[in-house]
Amino acid sequence: MYLIGSGAGFSGDRVDAAIPVVASIAARGQGGAIIFETIGERTLALGQLAKQRNPDAGYEPLLPDFLSPILKPAVEAGIVIVGNFGCANPKAAAAVVREIARRQGVRGLRIAIVEGDDIAGGIDLADHAVWEGERGLPAPRGAPISVNAYIGARPIAEAIAAGAQVVIAGRVADPALALGPLVAHFGWDWDDLDRIAAGTLVGHLLECGAQVAGGYFADPGFKDVPRPEAIGFPIAEVAEDGRFVITKPEDTGGLVDQRTVKEQLLYEIHDPAAYVTPDVTLDITDVLLADDGPDRVAVSGARGKPPPPTLKATAGFAGDWLGEAEISYAGPNAFARARHAADILEKRLALRGLDLRRRIDVIGAISAFDNDRGDLRHALADLGAEDLRVRLAVSGEDKRKVDAALQEVTALYCCGPAGGGGVRTRMQQRIRTLSYLVPRELAPTRFSFEAAP
Amino acid sequence: MNNRLIRIPLHRIAHGRAGDKGNRLNVSVIAYRPEAWPVLLAEVTEQRVLALFSHRGACRVARYALPRLAALNFVIDDALEGGVNSSLSLDAHGKTSAFRVLGLPIGIDEELARHIAVGPNLRSALHGDPIAGGEAH
Repeated sequence: MYLIGSGAGFSGDRVDAAIPVVASIAARGQGGAIIFETIGERTLALGQLAKQRNPDAGYEPLLPDFLSPILKPAVEAGIVIVGNFGCANPKAAAAVVREIARRQGVRGLRIAIVEGDDIAGGIDLADHAVWEGERGLPAPRGAPISVNAYIGARPIAEAIAAGAQVVIAGRVADPALALGPLVAHFGWDWDDLDRIAAGTLVGHLLECGAQVAGGYFADPGFKDVPRPEAIGFPIAEVAEDGRFVITKPEDTGGLVDQRTVKEQLLYEIHDPAAYVTPDVTLDITDVLLADDGPDRVAVSGARGKPPPPTLKATAGFAGDWLGEAEISYAGPNAFARARHAADILEKRLALRGLDLRRRIDVIGAISAFDNDRGDLRHALADLGAEDLRVRLAVSGEDKRKVDAALQEVTALYCCGPAGGGGVRTRMQQRIRTLSYLVPRELAPTRFSFEAAP
Repeated sequence: MNNRLIRIPLHRIAHGRAGDKGNRLNVSVIAYRPEAWPVLLAEVTEQRVLALFSHRGACRVARYALPRLAALNFVIDDALEGGVNSSLSLDAHGKTSAFRVLGLPIGIDEELARHIAVGPNLRSALHGDPIAGGEAH
């Protein structure tokens, strides 16, 4: 039996979530691992930009907040810390972890860095096929800011087998964060595809942190979650044969049941018979769930097929400018005034020749489900809502045009319908990503121990 | 079974979650009770899900059935008007989309609905709105 918990499921996650997970695993007295998943599709490009400005930046900004509370208790309990919080700069992240260890009096900490995902040097993206989910999107312009292959669990497993207590990676496939420690512990053969699939499934269920334990789940009256302010992040108890139980620390909020596990099982899955990772193609169609006591679900039946010869690689490019501006209308006839404001904005943008891609929402009446043309908004009857917010969103390559369009929302203060208030405007340059399929040989992976100063 | 069909939101018998990868969206639809499984299969079709997203440019929906989990997984292509890279929508990831699917009205036998529907105010939710001339399948 091997215990592996989650300490973070995304870059903005709760910074105190790992504390009860480490305490719970430590109390069992047999060591284990805790994983931190903090990279999204655009994070690597943002990390590269940060690193260009400051060579010591480019790792997960919350790294000290995530690790400071748990580094010492984890090391003392033999719990390996594995994270992709190295992002675009694992070496700099290692220095941060070294400094935390020094301040906490943790001596001789063995920190390993996993590399090989950064393949920006020398690659010509024109030589490689675009990933099938993004074919048909317009080609990006300019040179990429970042190109990172999703690498597998091998360098993580090798680092832990060599004695690493902290493993710092960049763009590894999310489930590899869990598969690596499992392979290191059990010595699973990489060709034993059903076990590799089971370890990948452990990682898939843990990688989003709270999402398998009552986070992103509450629907009051339909699916209630106890103490959502203190959700216990998940822990997997994994057997050598690959069967495992998902649970969470004692005395925490949230819940683990078949509903929470099913929602996460299918999260971001496309063909359930072929969830492609660098280590295995996972088939979950025969996965079985069984209740195993309060907040415990037993999972079995993962099957593996060989992984494809290619790796997915995501490139980040400088994108267009996104501008957003909002204004509120409240009280009697608010919907009519909000719609009137939308009409005025359309006419003003036309008058000024601001030929930008654009969209208008009436937040509180219709926004998230509508399309850019506003078809649902145009068809919507006045339901009498009395607190609405008109939102203009525009995008384009010309920053000045985007800014000029937003200024038209501000001008509604004096020129628009009666009673408009609370204008906020915001502009940002976006990161555009596109994923490709590249040969494995382009991303040879390795680990190395960060030398203690 | 009295063979009276009523219409209720899918949300009363199933839950789900949406995820995105690029401009591709997936939405799971999971039965609260295994008895709802045949209803999901019959009522939550690729065509009906496509219709919920076609105004945003969706062109193709694939439905995967997972009978052991009493769950369906829908993969919807080009539903996000560019996705997180270029969408102008407040919800560029399409995370709210699961509840667009769960809002789908479905036809269900009234007795079965009484047995398996969840949520508050069930009595009024399951009262009325019969489908004229409908018969349970």
